[in-house]
Amino acid sequence: MEKENIVELKNISVAFDGEQVLDQLNLGIKDKEFITLLGPSGCGKTTTLRLIAGFLEPDCGDVVFEGKKINGVPAYKRQVNTIFQRYALFPHLNVYENVAFGLRVKKLPENEIKQKVTEMLSLVNLSGFEKRNIATLSGGQQQRVAIARAIANHPKVLLLDEPLAALDLKLRKDMQKELKKIQQQLGITFIFVTHDQEEALTMSDRVVVMDKGKIQQVGTPQDIYNEPKNAFVADFIGESNIVDGKMLKDYRVEFSGQEFRCLDRGFSQNEQVDVVVRPEDVDIVEYDKGMLKGKVTSVAFLGVHYEIIVDIGGFKWMIQTTDEHFVNDRVGLYIEPDAIHIMKKSEYSGLYGDYSSYSEEIDHLSDVEEE
Amino acid sequence: MNKKTFGNKLVASPYIVWSAIFIVVPLIIMLYFALTDSSGNFTLANLSGLGEYKKAFAISILYAAIATVITLLLAYPMAYFMSKLKISSQRMIFMIVMIPMWMNFLIRTYSWITILANTGLINTFLKNIGLRPLKLINTPGAVILGMVYDFIPYMILPIYSVMSKIDNSLLEASEDLGSNGFNKFKRVIFPLSRPGVISGITMVFVPSVSTFYISQKLGGNKTMLIGDTIEYFFNLGPDYYNIASAISLVLMVMILICLFIMNRFSDGEEGGVLM
Ligand SMILES: Nc1ncnc2c1ncn2[C@@H]1O[C@H](COP(=O)(O)OP(=O)(O)OP(=O)(O)O)[C@@H](O)[C@H]1O
Ligand SMILES: [Mg+2]
Repeated sequence: MEKENIVELKNISVAFDGEQVLDQLNLGIKDKEFITLLGPSGCGKTTTLRLIAGFLEPDCGDVVFEGKKINGVPAYKRQVNTIFQRYALFPHLNVYENVAFGLRVKKLPENEIKQKVTEMLSLVNLSGFEKRNIATLSGGQQQRVAIARAIANHPKVLLLDEPLAALDLKLRKDMQKELKKIQQQLGITFIFVTHDQEEALTMSDRVVVMDKGKIQQVGTPQDIYNEPKNAFVADFIGESNIVDGKMLKDYRVEFSGQEFRCLDRGFSQNEQVDVVVRPEDVDIVEYDKGMLKGKVTSVAFLGVHYEIIVDIGGFKWMIQTTDEHFVNDRVGLYIEPDAIHIMKKSEYSGLYGDYSSYSEEIDHLSDVEEE
Repeated sequence: MNKKTFGNKLVASPYIVWSAIFIVVPLIIMLYFALTDSSGNFTLANLSGLGEYKKAFAISILYAAIATVITLLLAYPMAYFMSKLKISSQRMIFMIVMIPMWMNFLIRTYSWITILANTGLINTFLKNIGLRPLKLINTPGAVILGMVYDFIPYMILPIYSVMSKIDNSLLEASEDLGSNGFNKFKRVIFPLSRPGVISGITMVFVPSVSTFYISQKLGGNKTMLIGDTIEYFFNLGPDYYNIASAISLVLMVMILICLFIMNRFSDGEEGGVLM
């Protein structure tokens, strides 16, 4: 297992001005995989990339590349290239020369450079832009130049720091597909940083969810979504109702004053747990037939589905359904055993997963901001 | 900036009036004197007789060029290291560079006399430790030193200003793409600092080539620079205004040609501001 890891971070800690930014980080990155670091602003994603690129040395811990410790190896000697968040294209060079930069540093012969640059520009759909001044390019085009410039050097690992954050939604979707295509075509390991969970889920082979300088969970997008390890991950990835519960015994959990069947086992008897139920996994049924009973407090139509908030004994649940309901309807909720996911209590318990303070407007605004 | 609105024109109008009075009118007066004789008749004799001052022109250009090169060699590393310091230290050094500029040129030049004179600071020191005094004042070296000292802030500041604006991520990008320190300098730092270098060169060369007090105070009366020649004729009285204006005109045309050539080097890159 160890062997196929191209990059390994072992027990890495980094502090700036006494503030712990990365805390005992351990991560193995497999050769040729598309791995995404996902987490809120300030959680240490960029710092992690800078460690791998060689712009920063850890306070303690090792950075390992192809089995060799590379602490102290300067950035220009590492077989890693970076796509910077704001592209960092050279303003004094045209498109051709930007892409040729790394090749010229390596002193390749002119005809080889020309061939390589032409190939790269066609790979990112920028043939014919060779002579253009980079200031005259659109954001999306600059992004492509940055990609071409980085991969022209045949890095073994490409680091991408929120490369799509500055693009508009449509362009971003297109670039997501293109990046994925390029990654598969060239067979390069991509370490991708984003704070957009949807982007992380659609693009990655594995997702690393980070918060406060610690890795909260590593797994495939499906794992992360279906089996979140704690309340932070459950809340950060998609929408979740997270309620306090008690494991009565294997496959039996109690929450909201009711007993439910579930698929989880291996907890001690009567252990306090966090229970996650995704909004799309809850069915609204007639009041009398519900496992839980409550009153609708808000309804929002989102096109594909309705987002309904139901008050159950003071805890507000979010439910996504295609059926229409009305405010003040008395409804029952039905939850299948496989819709219930049990998590151990963590420092994040009780912080997330209640929609009491939920307001569509605020959610809507923050969505726009993220676009 | 292509389409100027009425508002823009209004805002610019005091500046236009100001430039008309203090720049255009003196130029016209100079042109008038250069192209007329002492009784006001049109003539080209002033200009055609300037061959006599070839040597003064040549020495002025040579001294100014040497001073500019020395200034650049000193100022460039200085500006580079300044831009690498902590922001607070940058501010402090910036102030230290600026302070002498608040003092009158003449006074600053005078201070060198007390240092370089035959009985000045250096020679007194040499004598005290038993060495022979050196001939420092009234030499070409002293004149060039004066130029370097007086004008070096004009070289440091524009270079520092472009250097401090170079985005650190560009340096990281170049390192990321395989550049060691030398390549980083050659391929990124130097090309990006060129507009500052060009405006620094212009801002040092132009006042150096036309100076007269530095050569008078530090060069004795041995080296007649072109500025001294102009001053000399103006001091002789109104009869010599025509010849003085003609020399000024030629000097100005030469400077304009230099500026033009320098600007070609900067390829219209922004930042190549000339004052
Ligand atoms: N050079 C530095 N000096 C001091 N503090 C720093 C430095 N670089 C990063 N930090 C701090 O480290 C923390 C993590 O920063 P980092 O840039 O890794 O976050 P991030 O996860 O990339 O966030 P974002 O999504 O906003 O880019 C932040 O609190 C930041 O202020
Ligand atoms: Mg970041």
